Amino acid sequence: MNNGDGARLASTVVRRIFFYVLVGLGTAFFALPLLWLLSAAFDDTPTYAVGLPQHFSLSSFAEIGRNPYALRSLLNSTLLALGTMAIVVAAAALAAYALSRARVPGRDGLLYALLLLSSVVTGTAAMVPIFLLIFQLGLIDSNVGVVLVLSGGLLPAAIFLLKDFIDTIPPSYEESARVFGASPLQILRHIVVPVARPGLATIAVWTVVQVWGSFLTPFILLRDPDKQPAAVLVRTFYTEGGSPNLKLIAAFSLLYSIPVVLMYLFAWSRYGFRFHGGIKS
Amino acid sequence: MPPAETRQQAAIPAQPAVAGAPAVAAVPQSVGVGTSTPTDVAGLGRLRAVGFVAPALVLIGVFLVFPALWTLYIGVTNYRLTGVAARTPDVVGLDNYRRALSDPTFYRSLWITLLFVFGSAVIGQNGLGFVFAWGLRGARPWVRRLAEAFVLLAWILPASVVAFLWVALLERDGGTLNELLGRTPGVPWLVEYPLLSIVVFNIWRGTAFSMMLYSAALSAVPPSHLETARLAGSSAAQTLRDVVLPHIRRYALTNTLLITLWTFNDFSPYLLTAGGPNHRSETTPVYIYNTAIVGGQMGYSGAISLLVLLINLLLALVYLRAARTSRRLSGG
Repeated sequence: MNNGDGARLASTVVRRIFFYVLVGLGTAFFALPLLWLLSAAFDDTPTYAVGLPQHFSLSSFAEIGRNPYALRSLLNSTLLALGTMAIVVAAAALAAYALSRARVPGRDGLLYALLLLSSVVTGTAAMVPIFLLIFQLGLIDSNVGVVLVLSGGLLPAAIFLLKDFIDTIPPSYEESARVFGASPLQILRHIVVPVARPGLATIAVWTVVQVWGSFLTPFILLRDPDKQPAAVLVRTFYTEGGSPNLKLIAAFSLLYSIPVVLMYLFAWSRYGFRFHGGIKS
Repeated sequence: MPPAETRQQAAIPAQPAVAGAPAVAAVPQSVGVGTSTPTDVAGLGRLRAVGFVAPALVLIGVFLVFPALWTLYIGVTNYRLTGVAARTPDVVGLDNYRRALSDPTFYRSLWITLLFVFGSAVIGQNGLGFVFAWGLRGARPWVRRLAEAFVLLAWILPASVVAFLWVALLERDGGTLNELLGRTPGVPWLVEYPLLSIVVFNIWRGTAFSMMLYSAALSAVPPSHLETARLAGSSAAQTLRDVVLPHIRRYALTNTLLITLWTFNDFSPYLLTAGGPNHRSETTPVYIYNTAIVGGQMGYSGAISLLVLLINLLLALVYLRAARTSRRLSGG
């Protein structure tokens, strides 16, 4: 009896240790590549290997100013992200509201089609026709082309998520406003938009994050380094000798990554739970 | 209906995308509507409602639906980026499809894609995601938070950045991995093991989604069932098989379908190896890029794109079916 208990205890301990070792190794696997991002930018002479900076220095960040395109590319990323966000939030909000509240003919079929489209017509699958379309429209090397393509791609998911959110808002607010004689547009502006703000903000942040990191579309549609966003430009950071300019890459990558992390933290802490967990059971 | 946490996570698609950001992840709460009856409380009226939907539909129509349909036409032409066929492409019938079917490089890309998807998504992300979810379940909060933070960071950072982090990790001269192994001269991992490199890279990149999904699914396993199994003296393997698996089977299926779809369409292997050396890590998306944008053979790559679209359609339909079935089964 005692023996059995002892064996069980031992096996529990062994299992615990096994899991902690496994989790430790797993975490190390995920952490190892990331450590370079954290450390290399602060090293006076960064190498490929992860390690504490030999000579702590912020001189790598000065490299960013020395590259003729680097700062410009961060601005380009910002413009692409904000432009796409404006279009996606506006168009998705209108569509989602109408789909949630009004009798749009063929609504369920439309939603199902949107759902399919958003997963079937991916960037890689549609690379060829999208390149040709933008080529024919004369929008190669134009930010407008990239914004339009990205908006078209993100809209189905955005409509979906927003409609889901608006479905959770009780229509009674709008009903009472209407009883008091508000026009549909007044209801939208003064009732729906304020109540739906967390949903709209989530879609806005989500769009910015998607565009900020997107590589393939700007990569095939923008050739001029003056127009390229950070995601594309970072691949051109080589020294005259032809090897990667580690100082520039390290500092630039860190600067380029920070907004994404901040936006995720913001979205999760502020809106994450309310967005999907909220009113709807 | 999956727990709130899954839905919240699932709504943030893993694959940054041009075209479709996968809304499929949001299916469970959204398709098969019926829960909300449109009542037109704001008095929009049908005309204004259609007007509201129109701008979005026009954008989706021109930049998503039209390209997909146009692929049908492009695939039967000899469209090229330069030369005569750029100005006046001719319809060449099924020539492109015949060529694809007899092109060993194309077959090889399909095979490489299959290995890539199976190794990195179906086995790798699925398995590691579950191990993390299961292993961290009882861990101290700070351990759990720290481990999850690293897994999540790998997932949310921009693809261009993480790709370079892996180039630095795997670099022959002075890369972290070779330093750790004490190899000088080091192994040029991306050159000698290109396919293995992109598989491991993609496991690293995408495990977060599976981890979050499984940890939400596991939190729905009633603790009393686990306790009963423990008191009955069942081994960990037995508990997993008899108590946990029945609860998470449906999540496992939908998760596998989703990550398969995403990984199949993933372009980030290009950022590590550009398909090389000598096509050894050239997945189908990279093959399309190399033949279309680099090689200028739009007609031929259009034909191959159509194949990708059809496979995507198949996967998405199976996914939607599975998601609906699980919805019905769980009464949500």
